[in-house]
Amino acid sequence: MSITLSEKNNGYVEGFSKFEKSTSGNDQGWLKSLRQEAIQKFQDLGFPTLKDEDWRFTNVAPIARSSFEILENGHDTVSASDLAPFQFEDQQVTELVFINGRYTHGLSRHCELPNGVIVKNLADAIVSEQEILKDNLAKYADFNEEAFTALNTAFMEDGGFIYIPKGTVVETPIHFLFISTDSDTPSITNPRNLIIAEDNCEANVIEHYTSIADNVYLSNVVTEIVVGENSTIGHYLIELESKKAFNISTLRVQQARSSNIRSHSVLLGGSLVRNNVHPVLAGEGCDSLINGLYMSNHRQHMDNYMKVEHASPHCDSRQLYNGILDGRSRGVFHGRIIVHEDAQKTDAKQTNRNLILSDTAQIDTKPQLEIYADDVKCTHGATIGQIDENALFYLRSRGISEEASRGIIMHAFTNEALESMSVDSVKNYCANLVADWFNQRNQKLEA
Amino acid sequence: MLEIKNLHVSVEDQEILKGLNLTINAGEVHSIMGPNGSGKSTLAQVLAGRDSYEITEGEVLFEGKDLLELAPEDRACEGVFLAFQYPVEIPGVANTYLLREALNSVRKYRGEEPLKHIEFAKYAKEKMKIMNMGDNLLKRAVNEGFSGGEKKKNEIFQMQILEPKLAILDETDSGLDIDALKVVADGVNTLRNPERGFLVITHYQRLLDYIVPDFVHVLVDGKIVKSGGKELALELEDKGYGWIEEEKTAANS
Repeated sequence: MSITLSEKNNGYVEGFSKFEKSTSGNDQGWLKSLRQEAIQKFQDLGFPTLKDEDWRFTNVAPIARSSFEILENGHDTVSASDLAPFQFEDQQVTELVFINGRYTHGLSRHCELPNGVIVKNLADAIVSEQEILKDNLAKYADFNEEAFTALNTAFMEDGGFIYIPKGTVVETPIHFLFISTDSDTPSITNPRNLIIAEDNCEANVIEHYTSIADNVYLSNVVTEIVVGENSTIGHYLIELESKKAFNISTLRVQQARSSNIRSHSVLLGGSLVRNNVHPVLAGEGCDSLINGLYMSNHRQHMDNYMKVEHASPHCDSRQLYNGILDGRSRGVFHGRIIVHEDAQKTDAKQTNRNLILSDTAQIDTKPQLEIYADDVKCTHGATIGQIDENALFYLRSRGISEEASRGIIMHAFTNEALESMSVDSVKNYCANLVADWFNQRNQKLEA
Repeated sequence: MLEIKNLHVSVEDQEILKGLNLTINAGEVHSIMGPNGSGKSTLAQVLAGRDSYEITEGEVLFEGKDLLELAPEDRACEGVFLAFQYPVEIPGVANTYLLREALNSVRKYRGEEPLKHIEFAKYAKEKMKIMNMGDNLLKRAVNEGFSGGEKKKNEIFQMQILEPKLAILDETDSGLDIDALKVVADGVNTLRNPERGFLVITHYQRLLDYIVPDFVHVLVDGKIVKSGGKELALELEDKGYGWIEEEKTAANS
C-alpha cells in the first residue's frame, strides 16, 4: 500500500490516516495521540511562506506544491559497496544505515559499546524503550510553531536512537547514514533521531543524508539531543543530498548544567536546504559551539537558521558559519541569539563569513539579538566579500601562482569551519568533500 | 641588475612617481629615503607587481628582462622579493605551509625538484636560528595575531627562505624596538653578498646604522632629487628633509 502526501485534496490528512494504520507504535496511546496532535498542528499551520519572518528568504513553495510518496522499502537495491563513498576511514564506527528512511539491519554494523549504552533504530525503540521515549520524544522539538517539525512528528516512525547512561564515555563515533534511492515519483522521509546522554557522558554522533540516485525527494529531519549535566556531545550533520532533493533539518538540543554541545554542519548537496539549529542552554555554565560550512553552486539554495537560547546564567555560545557561494546559488544565515532575563553573565558570539565567487550568487545574512538580561556580552559579525585582494597579492608576491593562491585562500576559509571538529576521521571525510567540491568547480571552469 | 628608467606611475589620475631613475648593480645596497607621500611605497609595490597602479611612462629592466610585463608570482620566481610595510594576515594558512609552497613554486620555476617536508623542515630550522624565531611562529597562521615586530621578522624570515636576487625592504624598521631592529638587520646582513642587490626604503636613518648602504637616494615628490653615500642619511637625520626641498625649489626657480 503506497501513501501519497500532497496539499491537494487534503492529501496530508488522508495520507496520515493510512500511515497511522500501518505504522509501528500505533497501539501505544501516548504515541498515537502525539502523532494525531502533530498532524492537526500541521494542518493548522500549513507550510510557511515568505510572509513568515523566519522564512523571509526561503521559499518552500516547491515543496508545498509537490506530491510525495512514502516509500515502502528500497533496501534490496542497495549493496554494501554502495555505502563505501559515505563511510569514514576509521573502521571503528557504529553505523546505522537507513534506506529511504527505514533501518536496514543487513547494511548496518555495530561496534562493542560500553555497558548500558543503547544504540538502535527508533522503530525498534518504540517497541522496546517505551519509557525513555515517552519521557523525551517530542518534548523539546516544538511542533506547535514549526510546520516541518509538526509534519515530521506526525509521520515519524524510524531514525536513530541513542541512550547513554550516567558516567559513560562512548569512544567510537556513532554514524546514522540515511540514503535515498531511485524512485518513480518524488518521495518523502521523516527521519526522527533521539539522543539522550545522562550526566558525565561523552559521545560523538554523525547524521549523514545522501543519495545514490539523482531524483527528487524530501528529507524532513528532526533530531532531539538531551545533554545531561557535565556531558559533552559532538554532533555532525553532513548534508550531501542529490542535486534535486529538498532537505529540511531541525536540530534541537537541551543542555543541562555545565554541559557542552559541539555542533558541526556541513551543507553541500540538495536544491533547497534549510538547516535549523536550536540549542537551549537550560542549565548554568553550559558551552555551545555551533559551527557550519555551506558551499553552494548552480541554483542551490541553502538556509541556515540559528536560534541560540540562553536560559541560564554563565553560559557561553560560539557560532561560526562560513559560506562559499558560486553560480546562481543563494545562501541565508539567520542568526538569532535569545538571552532570557535570568541568563546573566551570558557570553555569546556569532560570526558569519561569506565568500562570493560569482556575480550572480547571493547571500542574506541577518543577526537577531534579543536580550532580556542586563549583564551580558553578545557580539555578532558578518562579512560578505570576494577573495581578499591584499591576501592574494601577498601570496603571489611570494612566487605562488594566482590560481594556487586563490585555492590556498579558499581552502583556509573552509578549513576555519572544519578545524574544530574533534573526530579526525569525520574531519578528514569532510575535508575531502570540500576538496571534491573545488575540483568539480575547477573542472567546470576549465571546460 | 635593476634598471628603472624614467618611471611615471599614477593612481586614479594622480601622478605619484614622476620620472624616477635608479640603477642597482649586484652586490649593492641602495637606500631610498624621503618624506611621507613622496612615493616610496608606491615604488616598492610597483616593483612587486601590484596592479592597482597605472604605469604611464618608462621601463623597469631586471637582469635585462622587462619586469613590468611579468605577473607578481613570476617576478618572485625571477628573484625579486618585497618585504611588506604592512604584512597581510591570512587566517587559516599556516606560516610553514605558505613558505614551503612559495619555495617550491620558485624551485619549480627554476626547474628544480620540490623539497620534501622533512628537507624543508631542516632548511627552515637553519633559517629560524638566524632570525631568532621560535617554532610557534611557523605553526601559526600567516601573520595572524603577530605583533608588529613578529610580522617584520617574519618578512625577513621569508626572504631568508626564498633567497632572492633583489630584496626590497619597504619601511621594515617602522614600529620596531631596538632589539627587533637588530634581529631584522642581522637577518638582512647575513644575506648580503656580491650577487645580491638590496633596495632599502625607510623614513628614518636609524635602520641604516645596522644595514649600512652603499648609496642613499632622496625621493621627493616622485623623483630622486639627491643621491650620495651613507653620509647623506646622517645629514638628512640631522637637518630633516626641508633643506633638500628648499634646494630643489631654488634649483627650479
